[in-house]
Amino acid sequence: MTAAVRLLMHYGRASVRAQMQYPFNAIMLTIGQFTATMIDMVAIWALFARFGALAGWRLGDVAMFFGIVSVSFSIADFLTRGFDVLGTEFIRTGQLDRLLLRPRTMTLQLVGNDMRLSRFGRMAQGLLVLAIGTASLHFRWTLLKIAIALWAIAGGIALFFGLMVFQGALSFWTVDSLEAMNVLTYGGVQAAQYPLSIYERWFRNLLIFVVPIGCVAYFPVLAILGRPDPLGASRWIMLASPVAGFAFLGLAFGVWRVGLRKYTSTGS
Amino acid sequence: MELVRPYVAAFSARFLVMLQYRAAAVAGFLTQCWWGAIKIMVYAAFYRAAPAAIHPTITLAQVATYTWLNQGLLALMPWGADPEIALAMRTGVVMYDRLRPVDAYWYWFARAAAFMTSRAAPRATLMILLAGVALPLIGVRELRWAPPPTATSAVLFAISLVLMVCLSSALMMLLNIAVVVTLNDRWVSQSMNPLLVVLSGSLVPLALYPDWAQRVLFYQPFAGVVDIPFRIYSGNLSGAAALEGLALQAFWTTVLVVGGRAWMERAMHRLEVQGG
Repeated sequence: MTAAVRLLMHYGRASVRAQMQYPFNAIMLTIGQFTATMIDMVAIWALFARFGALAGWRLGDVAMFFGIVSVSFSIADFLTRGFDVLGTEFIRTGQLDRLLLRPRTMTLQLVGNDMRLSRFGRMAQGLLVLAIGTASLHFRWTLLKIAIALWAIAGGIALFFGLMVFQGALSFWTVDSLEAMNVLTYGGVQAAQYPLSIYERWFRNLLIFVVPIGCVAYFPVLAILGRPDPLGASRWIMLASPVAGFAFLGLAFGVWRVGLRKYTSTGS
Repeated sequence: MELVRPYVAAFSARFLVMLQYRAAAVAGFLTQCWWGAIKIMVYAAFYRAAPAAIHPTITLAQVATYTWLNQGLLALMPWGADPEIALAMRTGVVMYDRLRPVDAYWYWFARAAAFMTSRAAPRATLMILLAGVALPLIGVRELRWAPPPTATSAVLFAISLVLMVCLSSALMMLLNIAVVVTLNDRWVSQSMNPLLVVLSGSLVPLALYPDWAQRVLFYQPFAGVVDIPFRIYSGNLSGAAALEGLALQAFWTTVLVVGGRAWMERAMHRLEVQGG
């Protein structure tokens, strides 16, 4: 375990060093991610300025949902670039065979493959949005609430990590990276900006039971805000729900193993 | 007729090449449908939770149609410089473009227009089938892609759509020239995007921004790329206001073309060809 962590740190340092060869590039990419994601806050601001409130939710509430999901996604995104490009950069080119020959797990090597500094742009955005929410609600963070937030973020990282693993696993069959999966990752982040209770039932159920983004953002944030759920979830469901992220991750690795077993090299 | 032939040829050649990227088009289409659906559900939630007295001048049904149009025609927006021009700058192929006996500005302009329309056409068609035909069939009426309310709106929209493509191409030309000047296609080419998203109405329809900002938002150039044409389509802009919108689109296109040509003239004089 410690050897694996040490190796990951090594991978991470190598990634960072490579990116810092072009410091301007790295900084611009980070700023770009920050601005691109911060723009969504302009939309939220405009809608609340126009309509006042959203069925009892205020701008500050929405900022809390948005901030938590942004932070979770940015960390998962930082760790999973290798899975994202698996189809185009590893399977199609036959590079995967090299990883298979090394005496370390595939997951470790793919996580270490490319850690993008630019993901900190989205993370900074998430933290800023949380700060906006905190200020706007005059919210007081207690130790318990911080703990729930960290638990929600951990579940969120597991969930988004799982989505990326799932996307990677699918490319064993499609021999390409599936852009259509962006619908679930980026689309999920987009949807989870708002409390799930505002959506149509079919969509809500999708985000709770199929791709459980609601379980790592909506329910735990309700517990943090100390609000009852308009959908009727009890407090223990709110607190336990981030487990769903880990369950999803486990499931994704199941599919991954099946895919890896049937993998045949495309290289020559 | 003889005069425009090279530009028409440049347009159709690029259009046909771009149509080949079918898989990318399908993935892009799915993403856009999904995005459109999420956005519309959010708008619906805001509209339905608020008393009718504070509703903006644009109705929920109009906002839904606006959003579907925007998602279907996303590729008609100037998201960056033409990738082929950046490549031509890096490899020196731009030299051939300089040697052609055509006006370089309009040659690139025609190719920019083809690049955008070829990517938009298949997606928009699929989007109409899904949001305009399939959604009403499963019982979603208010939030579908509705047809224009009157024949007049349809005709005015057709004109506005042509102007929208011209305005987008003129904006894209500015990015192209910026790439020529700076030899940097990554940062320069995307530097306009945040402004484009916020000010065109692609982020939220401009009518949903606060009242105090409305006049400025209507008169700035980016409104002609999304907001004006789509409001004309749904009849939210009609009569004199619609004509004013068309005039604004034409005005900004002219300004950008004249300015862009002058800038390109200067840039081309100082051009140093790369590569060997």
